[in-house]
Parts: sequence; structure tokens; C-alpha cells
Amino acid sequence: MIKAILIFNNHGKPRLIRFYQYFAEDMQQQIIRETFHLVSKRDDNVCNFLEGGSLIGGSDYKLIYRHYATLYFVFCVDSSESELGILDLIQVFVETLDKCFENVCELDLIFHMDKVHYILQEVVMGGMVLETNMNEIVAQVELQNRMEKSEVSDQ
Amino acid sequence: MALKIVKGSIDRMFDKNLQDLVRGIRNHKEDEAKYISTCIDEIKQELKQDNIAVKANAVCKLTYLQMLGYDVSWAAFNIVEVMSSSKFTYKRIGYLAASQCFHEGTDVIMLTTNQIRKDLSSPHQYDTGVALTGLSCFVTPDLARDLANDIMTLMSHTKPYIRKKAVLIMYKVFLKYPESLRPAFPRLKEKLEDPDPGVQSAAVNVICELARRNPKNYLSLAPLFFKLMTSSTNNWVLIKIIKLFGALTPLEPRLGKKLIEPLTNLIHSTSAMSLLYECVNTVIAVLISLSSGMPNHSASIQLCVQKLRILIEDSDQNLKYLGLLAMSKILKTHPKSVQSHKDLILQCLDDKDESIRLRALDLLYGMVSKKNLMEIVKKLMLHVDKAEGTTYRDELLTKIIDICSQSNYQYITNFEWYISILVELTRLEGTRHGHLIASQMLDVAIRVKAIRGFAVAQMATLLDNAHLLTGNTQRNGICEVLYAAAWICGEFSEHLEDPMQTLEAMLRPKVATLPGHIQAVYVQNAAKLFATVLRKHEGETDSHAAQETSQLLIDRLPLFVQSANLEVQERASCILQLVKYIQKLQQKKVEVAEEVTALFAGELNPVAPKAQKKVPVPEGLDLDAWINKPPSESESEDEKPKAVFAKEEPKHSRSRHTEVDEKELARRREARKREQANNPFYIKASPSSQKVYDAPGVEHIPVVQIDLSVPLKVPGMPMSDQYLKLEEERRQKEKAERKKEKKKKREKRGKERKADSGPESEEDIAPAHQVDIVTEEMPEVSSCYFGVIKPTVHWFPVQKSSKHKKKKQKKEKEEKEKKKKKRHHHHHHHSNAGGEDSVQNGTVEEEEPLPPMSNYFLLAENSYIKMVYDIQGNHQDESKVVVSVIFENKSDSFLKSMEFNVLDSLNSKLQRPEGAGAHDSLTVPFQLPPGISNEAHFVFSVQSIVMPQKLKGTLTFIVKSDESSTHEKLDFKLHFTCTSYLITTPCYLYDAYAKLLESGDLKGSSLRLEGINMPFHHLLARICFHHHFSVVERIDSCASMYSRSIQGHHVCLLVKTTVSIDAKCDEPSLLGNVLDEIKQTFSKC
Repeated sequence: MIKAILIFNNHGKPRLIRFYQYFAEDMQQQIIRETFHLVSKRDDNVCNFLEGGSLIGGSDYKLIYRHYATLYFVFCVDSSESELGILDLIQVFVETLDKCFENVCELDLIFHMDKVHYILQEVVMGGMVLETNMNEIVAQVELQNRMEKSEVSDQ
Repeated sequence: MALKIVKGSIDRMFDKNLQDLVRGIRNHKEDEAKYISTCIDEIKQELKQDNIAVKANAVCKLTYLQMLGYDVSWAAFNIVEVMSSSKFTYKRIGYLAASQCFHEGTDVIMLTTNQIRKDLSSPHQYDTGVALTGLSCFVTPDLARDLANDIMTLMSHTKPYIRKKAVLIMYKVFLKYPESLRPAFPRLKEKLEDPDPGVQSAAVNVICELARRNPKNYLSLAPLFFKLMTSSTNNWVLIKIIKLFGALTPLEPRLGKKLIEPLTNLIHSTSAMSLLYECVNTVIAVLISLSSGMPNHSASIQLCVQKLRILIEDSDQNLKYLGLLAMSKILKTHPKSVQSHKDLILQCLDDKDESIRLRALDLLYGMVSKKNLMEIVKKLMLHVDKAEGTTYRDELLTKIIDICSQSNYQYITNFEWYISILVELTRLEGTRHGHLIASQMLDVAIRVKAIRGFAVAQMATLLDNAHLLTGNTQRNGICEVLYAAAWICGEFSEHLEDPMQTLEAMLRPKVATLPGHIQAVYVQNAAKLFATVLRKHEGETDSHAAQETSQLLIDRLPLFVQSANLEVQERASCILQLVKYIQKLQQKKVEVAEEVTALFAGELNPVAPKAQKKVPVPEGLDLDAWINKPPSESESEDEKPKAVFAKEEPKHSRSRHTEVDEKELARRREARKREQANNPFYIKASPSSQKVYDAPGVEHIPVVQIDLSVPLKVPGMPMSDQYLKLEEERRQKEKAERKKEKKKKREKRGKERKADSGPESEEDIAPAHQVDIVTEEMPEVSSCYFGVIKPTVHWFPVQKSSKHKKKKQKKEKEEKEKKKKKRHHHHHHHSNAGGEDSVQNGTVEEEEPLPPMSNYFLLAENSYIKMVYDIQGNHQDESKVVVSVIFENKSDSFLKSMEFNVLDSLNSKLQRPEGAGAHDSLTVPFQLPPGISNEAHFVFSVQSIVMPQKLKGTLTFIVKSDESSTHEKLDFKLHFTCTSYLITTPCYLYDAYAKLLESGDLKGSSLRLEGINMPFHHLLARICFHHHFSVVERIDSCASMYSRSIQGHHVCLLVKTTVSIDAKCDEPSLLGNVLDEIKQTFSKC
């Protein structure tokens, strides 16, 4: 199970947060801060796993992250997930973002947090991996966007 | 109305949308909070409007603010309003907001049930999809109960998009509403074979999560998963399944055996590292659960280690990390395979990535041996010096200590080296682990008597240079070692070269800046030193020096009397008064040293960690009984779904603690008493534990004389390295000596033998110092010899094929003993080389592989259960034998409440726990799931052992299947052969053997075996194995063999290749019976 997905930038500013377990807002912020603290001090040439998530879950949980330019994508998962699998999933997610936003950059995420959420919803649902096939994800996202557009033009 | 709409949309043009909000926040970096609060006011206004578009926009902005940490739960009702919009665009915004901020405590959730139901059954698949996604995040028990049916219907939706979402969300529904699992499960299982790969993957996902919570209930799905594993090409699905198998195989080792092959194939064929890694992981889990008896077992381990090596050598840090992680799992069961990659692991210590270094450290912990400990620790010490950042350095420090101290300092051969390491570690700046180093110093100094002189010298230097440790306030963690140093110097002050100097060091004014508890130890031990100094000076009749010492204390102690710390104050004033009194006596020329010394007489001994166990629990005190009512288990609802498929009794429910009735309590008490009776660590008449650790011949091993002409002047001058060198030299020398001796002997015998030039084995490395472990209970003692029943907890079936291994172990053991003996003899310079060599000759050489043999005979069998048994005597008790019975469940049902009973005879009696009646049965301490076997041990007391005997007995048990449970009974006959009273007793001295034969005390008998056509060494091996003999000497065509009964009868055989046996024994009827049994053994072949 995936317990949380966090995206924040090199300064720790959250760009998307998605908890699959309830935490009050202040706790969420604390988790983001601490996760950022842990992740940001790591070099880019070290491994992408972090243990001892005292933040969420406990010893069974790991932080698995990837760092792209200005953004960190952090997944907090338990031992039922494959570490390398999640790394691939992050890659799939980012490539999907890239397709949907056409050369995605941090600004896209800043101004379209809702859209990023909708894309993520097609990848992970309720903490479980829903779809890993990028074409399928992109197709579903586009169909829903088209539906939204048709509703706008209805008005 | 129309006007209103128009007005609404005009208003909207002036509303901020999400982008405007974000832009605004970015433009108000200085007063962000203020800006956001005005925005929230605007949003509140917008939410008051009727226009759903305005509301939706406001809710969307709230979702963004929620991410920034603002509580938006006040808008929960508006969110529900937006969710109920008929437009997909708004509905999606509503559900997103709900999924971000709704939780079980949100009260408006109960208003959403009907809306969600409507959305789930919407004709538009994306309405349904959005509702499912949202629901997956905020489903409550109520929602789960009300909507379970609707979602279940969706699992068969025509669109795969909906099906996969419905399947996934079922997991959340099961968690919140466990009752839904049973009706939904058949459909869920169906989805494992859904044509759409996404749906299939979702179903695998859900079942894997369920199985992780309670693997037992999903064992039955193993064949289906097995099929999926061999057919699926989707790596995601494969990974999930393989991970699931990893969780299932400990419960069902047969599954593991089946898995090895397909997994190995996958390992060879896949190019996906993630899949490869998970395969390796599961193979490791399988091998751990099988633990033995796999034919190509070592090949699989080799393959795993080899693949992991590739991962570790990869430049990708992630692969490196995971490789190390998996390696540590192998290490637990197959340390040898990992140890050969020591070089690689040590390399990883140099890695720039701290996580990798920590992993490598973990591995090293398990890899040390006597041989490589010094080398590994030396490497680690280098890293300590290089390490940046205290966390990692502290980690290194604790690891070094862990590595050295593990299992009672098992791997340390030279404690002087270890003390030096500890002293070197005190140089670490800013470490938090001063107390750890201190406790090690104390432990070693107390338990290793031989090291005290050296330790005291080192500690004195530490005390003398205490200012180096405490000079920097940053280093306060390390000053804890002064606690140990002061105590060691005081307690073992007789070893001090210059106690006066140390005493002076301990009373320096600077000491008053140390923490109170350390000062207290200083003061107390200053008194001990004082006693030593007095005694020393009195011997010299130098009263002046003694008086000076008293004066020193009287001058310095007042500083401590003024201490703010009560402990220090109390001790200091007490000792000050004492010294003043002594001074008075000294002035009167009274000899006081002896009396002062008497104050501190008596040795302080270490207390075994398990000493508490030796204190019997007082009658009537029930340590297991709850004093207060136990807290209710909040997890119980999580627990419930597990039981749904279970073929298990209701004992599963966690709340059983509260329901314990009187009867149950009484039963438990009884069980505990029985356990106590069996517990070898309880004080009772057991001739037990001491003998375990007398490693023979230790005192003869030369201890290296360390040249201490270069004493430590500065604490922490690196000098531990010299021990590494010395140790190597010592080993070289020993090895050389051993070789020399061997050579000598070889020459003497004039006979050529294979030189034993193989690598040094662990046993060959003799420790230079011995840890005092008499007070430590060693786990080996608890082996079956003591208890009536040894509860064997594992459910793994006993491998029938493991007998071969057992035999091998036995042989190894013999060989080991021989080695020990041999060393022993070297030191005594006995002239029995001839006898020894004949032993060497006599060992069963591997001329041809032996067929597997078993000593377990069938006891009884019916359609439910099979029992095989073996009887063994033991050296400790001449009137006891242990019957080991393997119970194998042959049925598909669960076997429980097994009770074992035997009708005692006058001669042989089943040992029952104290208080039990002579006819009471013993409870077998385990239950048997289908197909599982387990072993229990029963002790019998016997009086006469010269005749074989049969005892009738009964096993009763309850067969529990899905629908019913029946009570079953199985009768058996235990056959106590005379062989079972014999104990394999190696006889190494042919001379002694010959003397025994010549003594004339033995009566002879002989036997001819007909129709034997097996190699002679097989024949011998069989006699050794089945009848507990050992070969004394083998000369071409005949062999002498020896065994002893538990009551000390000698049994000697001369076996000839003509297959006749001449035998002698001091008890003719015993001999006759043994020979009959040997005959029987071979008539069966």
C-alpha cells in the first residue's frame, strides 16, 4: 500500500499532497517538512530509498523518491510494494504528466494542482496502484478532459 | 430567474479562479497569511451564492489552500453540494476536495450516501469513476455497509475502467465492513482471471493486501496464483504474486519447493531488475522456510548470492542498496555463502551513500568470525576516523561494539586487543555512546579475569589523562568512560603499578566538574585505592608515606563533601570521617591496612541476565493473570475479515483475554507448572549446565606475552593494530606447530596420509583469553535431554531426507571432538600416537556414498496421523531415555488437542510432570495443520536395561474440519530396544580398548550375519548409526567397535569382512539382545 504521495520543490514548497490515511492539516504540514528535510540533504547520486519513516507508518514503511530538476516526487510505501516497482511508477507518473502538459515544468504543477490530482487518480487509487500503462492513463485523462470541455461549451 | 443566472456569470468574471489565487499568493510573498485570509473571506462569500459554478470554483481554491495547511473542514457541507452537481466538471472538483479533507470524523459524510449511490449507478462511466476514486479515500464503515452491494455489482460492469476501480475499492470496503468479504470473495476470485489485464492486476493487488494481513486464509489460492505466475507476462502482477508467495511460503513449505524451479527460471530469463530482485527475495524466503532438505538447495543459494553480487556491483545505487538488503536475509541462514563476498561488502563501507554504508555495516555484523574479526574491526576503525557527521560515526561505534560483543564475545580471541579498541574509541568527539563503551569496559574487566591487569593499566592511563576527555564540553558523552575507568581501577587496584598516582588523579579538583554519578564512583573507589596504598606501604614499614596518603584524602575530600549531588556528598563525608579516624590510628602507629582492606573484601561477580528465572514463582502467584482489565483491542475490526475464510476455531478473536474463565486459568497454571518442571533453568536436581563451556585444553594454549614496554601514554593512541599482527603471528605459529607435530607423527608411522592443509577452521582458532561465562546459561543446554516435552514451535514438516545430514553432523561432531582431544594430547605429550592414527583409519571414509538411513521407526499410523519414533539415551542420566516422536498430519483437517499416554510397566515409566497422576496423559505441545509434521520429546525412566521392552500407549486427538470435529484415538506400541540404551561413546585409545578386552571382565558372544552383500564400510556405518557404536580401529578386514550403555556397560564388537561379529560385554543378556537387534537390522536390508 502507498500511504502518501508528496510532491514538493527544492525549497520544500508543496506542489501536491495526497495522503491515503487521515492526518490533520498541521500534521500533514509537519510530515512534508520532515520529509523534505530528509530528502533534500541527500545527494543526487545516492540511492532513492529512505528507511525509518518515523513520520508515517513506522518501521514497515519506506520513503521512495525521485528528484527531477526542481521537484521531488516522494512515495511513502509499506513492504508490500516493490521498491524498484515504485521507482518505475514514479517515472510513469512523471512521463504521463509530461504528455498531458506537454513538457511539464514546475509551473504547470503550481497552477494546475487540480489537473495533476486528476492524473494521479488514474494511476493510484486509495493507496493502491490502479494503472501502470501510460497510454491507458493518458487516454482516460483526455477523455475526461474532453467531457469537461463539452460541458463548458454547453453553457 | 434568467437574470439571476446572468448576474451569476457576470459575478464570476470578477471571481478569482485557482490560477488567480496561486498567482496572488506568489505576488504576496511578504504578507502571504494576510492575503490568504482575505481570499478565504472571499471564498466564504462565494460559497454563499446559489450558483454551483461559483461554489465549485471556491471549493477548488479551498483544495489548494488545504495543501498549504489550512483547515477547510468548515466548508464540508459546500463540498457535498458541489459533489452533487449533475455536471461532471463540478462533481469532480467536489469529490477531489472531499477526498483531500473528509475523514471518518466528518459528520456530513452521512449525507452523501444516496448521492454516491446515484453516481455509482450513473450511466456515465466517468461519474461512476470519480465517485469510486473519491470514495476510496473517505469510505467509512457506514458507507461501506450501505454501498457494498452497489460496488459489488460494479465489479461485473461492462467497462474494464469501472471494473478495475470497483475491484480495488473493495479492499477498502473489506477493511471498513468485514462482513462484506464473504459474499464478495467469489467474485473477486473470478476477477483474477478477468480478460482485462488492468482488472486482473487490481484483483491480484487486493488479494495480496488481504493475504498480507492474514496469509493463512489464502493458502488455498496458491494453485491459482501459481498458474498466474507461470502464465502472466505483466511484471507488476508477477511482482505482486511473487511477493505474496514470499509471505505464504513460511506457512507451507511444500509450496516453497514447488516455487523454486519457476522462480529460478524467472531469475534466469527476466531482464527487469525489479522482477529479478523480488524473485531472489522470495527464493530466499523459500530457502529460509525450508531450512534443510532441499536437494539443489545450495545451487539456489549460490544463484541468489551471485545475482545479488551483480546488483551490489552495479553502479546504480538503488540496486546496490537492495542487493545488500537481500544479502542480509541470506546471511541469517547461510552465512558461509555471504562471507565469501566479504571484500565486496567492505568496499561498500567506502560508498558515498550513507544508507548503503549502514546496510553494509549490518551485513558485517553477521559476517565476523574469530578469524576475521580483528581485520574487520580495523577497517571499521579506519572509517570511524574518516567518518563525517556524528550520526554515522556513532552508528559505526555501536556497530563495532555490537560486532565484538555479540554472543558473549564469541569471536574475540584476544581481549587485550578489545580493551585497546575500546580505549581508542574514547577519542571520538561528541559521541553519545560513552556509556556503551563504559559498560563494555566493565563487563570485560569483570568477566575476563586474565585481562584485569592489562585493563587496570589502561584505565589508570585514562584517569590520568581525564582532562583530555573532559576538556571539551562538547565531549560530555564520553566522560561516562571515566565511570568505568574509576571503578575498574578501584575494584582491581591490586593490579595497579602505582596506585598512589591513580589515587592522586582521581582526587584532582577538576573531577568536581564531572557529572554526579561519576564523582560518586570516583570517591568510592578512591577509598578502595586508599586501602590498597595503605597495605602496600605497611608492608614496607614506611609509615610516612601511608600518612601522606591519608593527608591527601583529608585535603581533597572536603571538595566532594560540598558537592551538590547528594550521593557524592554522602559518600565523601563518610569516607572523610573514616580516613580521619585512620589517620588518628596511624599516628598511634596502629596497623590498620588489613582492616581497611577488609571493608572492600569480597569479589563482585557478574550476574547472569537470566538469573531471575532461577527464582521460582511463589505458589499461587499467577504472572499471566491480568491485574486490571486489558485494554480493548481497537484493531479487532481489522482482524475480523481474516476469519471469514478461516477453517479455524473461534479462538482467533483477539478479545479472548477478557473471556478467560476459571477453568482456563487453572489449565494455564497447570501448563506453566509443567513448563517450569521442564525448564532446565529452574533450580531443581539437574546435573546440568556447567559442563557446557569447559572447552577442553584451554589452559594449555599459550597466551601471547604482550610487550608492554610501550604503555599507552595518551589515551587513544592507536595500538590495537599491533594485536592484529600479533594474532596473525600467533596463529601462524600455532598452525606451524600443529603441522610440525603432524609431520613428526607421520614420519613415525612411516605411513603416508593426506596432509590436512585445508584452510583453518573456526575451531582451530584458540582464544587467548576466556570469557567467564559460567554464570551465563547457554541455549544448547535446553536440548531435549531435560524436558519431558520440548515444545518445538515450528510447523515445518520434518524432512525425512534429512537423516543423511544428521549422520553427517554426527560425524562432524565426532571429528571435532577428535580434534579437541588431539590438541589436548599434544600438550600432554602422551605417546599414544598409534592409537590415534588407528582412529583416523577407522573413521568411515567416503568410499562410496552411503544410502540415506533413518533411525525413526514407525510407531503407528491411521488415515489422520502417522507417528515415527526414535529412542536415545543420554550421558547425564543413567536411568532416562528420550523418545522423540514425529507426528505427521496426513489428513486435510486440523489436528489438535493431541494427548500422548503410555501404560507404564514396572521397569519403564513415562515421566509426567509433578503432581500428575500415574495414568495421566501428556499434552503434545502443538497442533498440526494439514500436511504438517512436528516432533515432540518424551522422557522415560528405566530401571533395568538388559532386556528389550514394549510399552502400550494411546494417542488421542481432535480432528477439526470445516463442518465438524471428531475425537480420534490411535493405539501404539513403543519398542524399547536394548540398542536404544546404548550411547555412541567414541573410544580413542586403542590401548584402553585392548586393556578392557583383556581384563577378563567381559563375557563373549558371537554372531554371523547371512546374506549380506554391502560394502564393509556401509556395514560399519549402519552399525554405528542404528546401534550407536563407534569405530575404534579398522584394519583391512576387520574393525573393532565400541559403545556404552547408559548404565555404563561396555559393549565391544569385532566385526569382520566375513560378516561375522565377535562381541564382548560385561552384561551377557544385554549383549545377547543387542546382537539379536543387529541381526534384525541386517535381515531387513
